[in-house]
Amino acid sequence: MTGLATHGAIVQFDHVSKSYDPAATKRGTVPAAVNDLSLTVPAGKICILVGPSGCGKTTSLKMVNRLIEPTSGRITIDGVDVTSRELTELRRGIGYVIQQVGLFPHQTIGENVATVPRLMGWTKARQHERSEELLAIVGLEPAKYRDRYPSQLSGGERQRVGVARALAADPPIMLMDEPFGAVDPIVRDRLQNEFLRLQETIAKTILFVTHDIDEAIKMGDLVAVFQTGGHLAQFGPPTEILAAPASEFVARFVGQDRGLKRLSLLRVGDVPFQAPTTARPGDSAAEARGRALADPLHYLLVVDEQNRPIGWVAAEDIPAEGQVTEAMANPVSPTVSRRTTLKDALSMMLDADVQTGIVVDRTGAALGLLTIEAVADRMREGDHAPAFDQAGMAEEAAEHDELPPGEPGAMAPEPEPQAAEA
Amino acid sequence: MDLSIDWGWLADHVGAMYERFLQHLQLVVIAVLAGFVIALVLGIWAYRRRRAYAWIILVAGLLYTIPSLAAFALLRPVTGLTLLTALIPLTTYTLLILVRANVAGFDSVPADVLEAAEGMGYTRRQRLLRVELPLALPLIMAGIRLATVTTIGLATVASILGESFGGFGFFITEGLNRFFLTEILAGAVLSIALAFAADFLLVRLERRITPWSRAGAR
Repeated sequence: MTGLATHGAIVQFDHVSKSYDPAATKRGTVPAAVNDLSLTVPAGKICILVGPSGCGKTTSLKMVNRLIEPTSGRITIDGVDVTSRELTELRRGIGYVIQQVGLFPHQTIGENVATVPRLMGWTKARQHERSEELLAIVGLEPAKYRDRYPSQLSGGERQRVGVARALAADPPIMLMDEPFGAVDPIVRDRLQNEFLRLQETIAKTILFVTHDIDEAIKMGDLVAVFQTGGHLAQFGPPTEILAAPASEFVARFVGQDRGLKRLSLLRVGDVPFQAPTTARPGDSAAEARGRALADPLHYLLVVDEQNRPIGWVAAEDIPAEGQVTEAMANPVSPTVSRRTTLKDALSMMLDADVQTGIVVDRTGAALGLLTIEAVADRMREGDHAPAFDQAGMAEEAAEHDELPPGEPGAMAPEPEPQAAEA
Repeated sequence: MDLSIDWGWLADHVGAMYERFLQHLQLVVIAVLAGFVIALVLGIWAYRRRRAYAWIILVAGLLYTIPSLAAFALLRPVTGLTLLTALIPLTTYTLLILVRANVAGFDSVPADVLEAAEGMGYTRRQRLLRVELPLALPLIMAGIRLATVTTIGLATVASILGESFGGFGFFITEGLNRFFLTEILAGAVLSIALAFAADFLLVRLERRITPWSRAGAR
């Protein structure tokens, strides 16, 4: 499909330290850039290195492709010490994307993408083929872009070319140093989403540096929070870092709104729903009233033949005789899908008159109710449960509007907001 | 001195002018090329060594202050009345301009481009030849243009070494000796025209070898 292998490699830091002045560091006058870093990035995962400036995150990244050599300790890729490998060969096997992109201004886009294949001595035909393929993968139409120069592209387009160039020789590892830091927030958000989608198919091992905690939480399978002085303050999945910051520093760094950030990582499907008391138009009103009064909510959800919610009616407003009618129902509750983030769901619920969300499936049929109390309970519970229900996601992926139809893993062609980037 | 233009003399000397043109061209081309090669080697060596660079510029600047007449006089006992005696000062004078231009060219290569090249596994040599040199070209070419135009003017002085030197400068020297304005003007105008033509052609060349720099933003 993409011609790219779906494999990553394990990247391991083993007591790695870096000081730009080892003697002074020993005396304690100059802090180390990286201090005794040990962490393992499993194959195929995105590991975000995040922290304030001067915390050693970029230094750590650059020690993987040996743009910077560690003072002590070792870094291995699939168990092989990076220092045992020939420098250029090592680097050609690692994708490298930087904030300023660093496209070669004197080469066309097609030539830029084929950089590493050219260095590796591929035939011209194969270079060309790969270049075209990658441009398409990152959502740039090859016929339109291959012969342009970088100066003729927008910032977002250049970043796409940067990603394509890094992937050209199909490296198992990608190092990305604030790759989306130089584009405006709207383009950044789109590039992030597309990159996550691409990563689902290519499953590279990715080390990704950012100073933006929100980006870290959004992009990371694992997040390594660095502290000034090159200390690793915490390493774990984003939900864990938000739920249980390991130190005062981490808590401060992730921000006072970490509860809200956790809400954006959890989905409606992660929270147990309550079964609503329902009735259909035409049902006996007296019987429905009885059931509604027995329900702790004291409300009845009127649904149609397909179980799709029509609206709420308060128990007291149901007449003692006659039938339940559509006219009784007030359509005032927000409907959410299992894939909606808790943050969005909560926001909709707070805005509505009846602060209870109705969880619906892809046909719109009511599955259950989401209450603010249930969200609060879920937040207290911590993160023992998976971040979100993979099966539910797969089931509903097709219906979800964040995933436009098309080749999975392909970045969608981008109608770029040109004005925003001029 | 007769201030009118002797058109007859001009018509009679078209062949001589062509000969002097070739001679002038030879001096300039050799001096600028030799100067460029020396300046390129010095530039590549010095552009990451700021102290060495400062020394090179100081020495090149001092050499530049030596009057050309004095240089010819000093060299004559050593190299005699040869082309070399004319070429050594002319080449030396280009160094100040060309070393500066070459180093400015290398300095103009964006840091992110160099980092990307290094990170992707370019060897030092590949990076120099395929990234730094091409990207330095606009400023290098600006240096070559300036050096060429300067040398075309300066080369006329070589005519004091004798009849077989100096290109168009020969007409100026001979005209001065004979108090013959037409010949002086011919030498000067031809030299100026050559400078304009050379500059024009070098601009064309630069455009051709740096197609990316014309590809402006859309």
